[in-house]
Amino acid sequence: MLLSGVVYGARDQAHRRFAEALERGEGLPLDLSGQVIYYVGPTPAPPGRVCGAAGPTTSGRMDVYTPLLLSCGVRALIGKGNRSPEVVAALKEFGAVYLAAPGGAGALLSRCIKEMEVVAYPELGPEAVYRIVVDNFPVIVAIDAEGNNLYEFGPSSYRKKNSA
Amino acid sequence: MGKIPVSLIEKKVAELCVEANFDLPPDVEEALKRALQEEESPLGREILKDLWENLRIAREERIPICQDTGMVVVFVELGQEVEISGGSLTEAINRGVARGYQEGYLRKSVVSDPLRRVNTGDNTPAVIHYEVVPGNVFRITVMPKGFGSENCTALGMLKPADGVEGVKRFVIGAVDKAAANPCPPVTVGVGIGGTAEKALLLAKRALLRPIGSLHSDPFLAQLEKDLKEEINNLGYGPGGFGGRFTALAVHIETYPTHIAGLPVAVNINCHASRHKTWVWDGESDE
Repeated sequence: MLLSGVVYGARDQAHRRFAEALERGEGLPLDLSGQVIYYVGPTPAPPGRVCGAAGPTTSGRMDVYTPLLLSCGVRALIGKGNRSPEVVAALKEFGAVYLAAPGGAGALLSRCIKEMEVVAYPELGPEAVYRIVVDNFPVIVAIDAEGNNLYEFGPSSYRKKNSA
Repeated sequence: MGKIPVSLIEKKVAELCVEANFDLPPDVEEALKRALQEEESPLGREILKDLWENLRIAREERIPICQDTGMVVVFVELGQEVEISGGSLTEAINRGVARGYQEGYLRKSVVSDPLRRVNTGDNTPAVIHYEVVPGNVFRITVMPKGFGSENCTALGMLKPADGVEGVKRFVIGAVDKAAANPCPPVTVGVGIGGTAEKALLLAKRALLRPIGSLHSDPFLAQLEKDLKEEINNLGYGPGGFGGRFTALAVHIETYPTHIAGLPVAVNINCHASRHKTWVWDGESDE
């Protein structure tokens, strides 16, 4: 699948701050309803470039915050690696999807990024929240809104029994 | 007795940090190419093609291979006949890291305190391992270590009775648990023996061996082959979406251990096994 449009880059510390803000009853620093979150911490943009390498980080670290963000209306998540049963349940509950981008292809993916700016928590550096405009950004539906999980059924067809 | 100024070491470390993040060692590229030729899974082949293209773009357009440009692990072999002049070696290495990460537009991924988590802003400090060796030699290896793979590290203090089968179960279990997270196809470093911290260090050092090279001890070489086969039977494949190539290689390093113990450590590297080495030529006084 090729994705074009706006996504929001947010990873570990940004998620923690989102959760703390919601806990304090303050609301999020930006409206994420109907939006896509991309788990990314890009390298600094070299001169003349929109951004540096910008591939997905391991999604599992965000699992603890994800059901809360889905309840705020986030529609899709982009990252790499499997998710917890709680996240899969929340995807089903809120009709959202989890998309996988090729892990470790940060240079390749940077070519699909047309705009990037920090929109919240600039003091977090690579962990700030970014507004990112992507164009033909390659993703795979890893877990759909019915809970079908490529990270489970993909490897199972190649799994062989071991002696140990 | 040779004399190496710290200014030269700082400069070399900066260069190594930059180069390691843009250009993979040839053995790693070769292993990925072989995986691309042999992978059965169509989606796995697509992922490997993306990774191959990613390496080309990184090299030609000077974009880091991965946005996680890592915490810098440095291995120093310091000959006992060498004099380091002009200041602290550790400080020079850290200045080199800061310079390389600034000049190379690399990500600063280090926080000053693991619990309070404020970014140090220059990717220092590095994690530095010194080894004093005989002679008039100086060798420094820089390994930018991403945490997608580092977080998959495992340490097991097995019982001697667990033996080879116990070690195999532990190593395969660690890779099974890591699944898609360390960006397969991975290199699996295995350290067996010593004490807990020695086993972990052996596992990390094992990642520096040329991919596909087997251990010089035939018994351990066989264990490497068996482990690679059984890890690849897990079926995760490129990107963890299913396929034959979960591991490109398994490298084992061992050390004598205590009569009561069988420490085993697993340290994993993603498909982009980044590292660069500088060897002092014995004459580089500045």
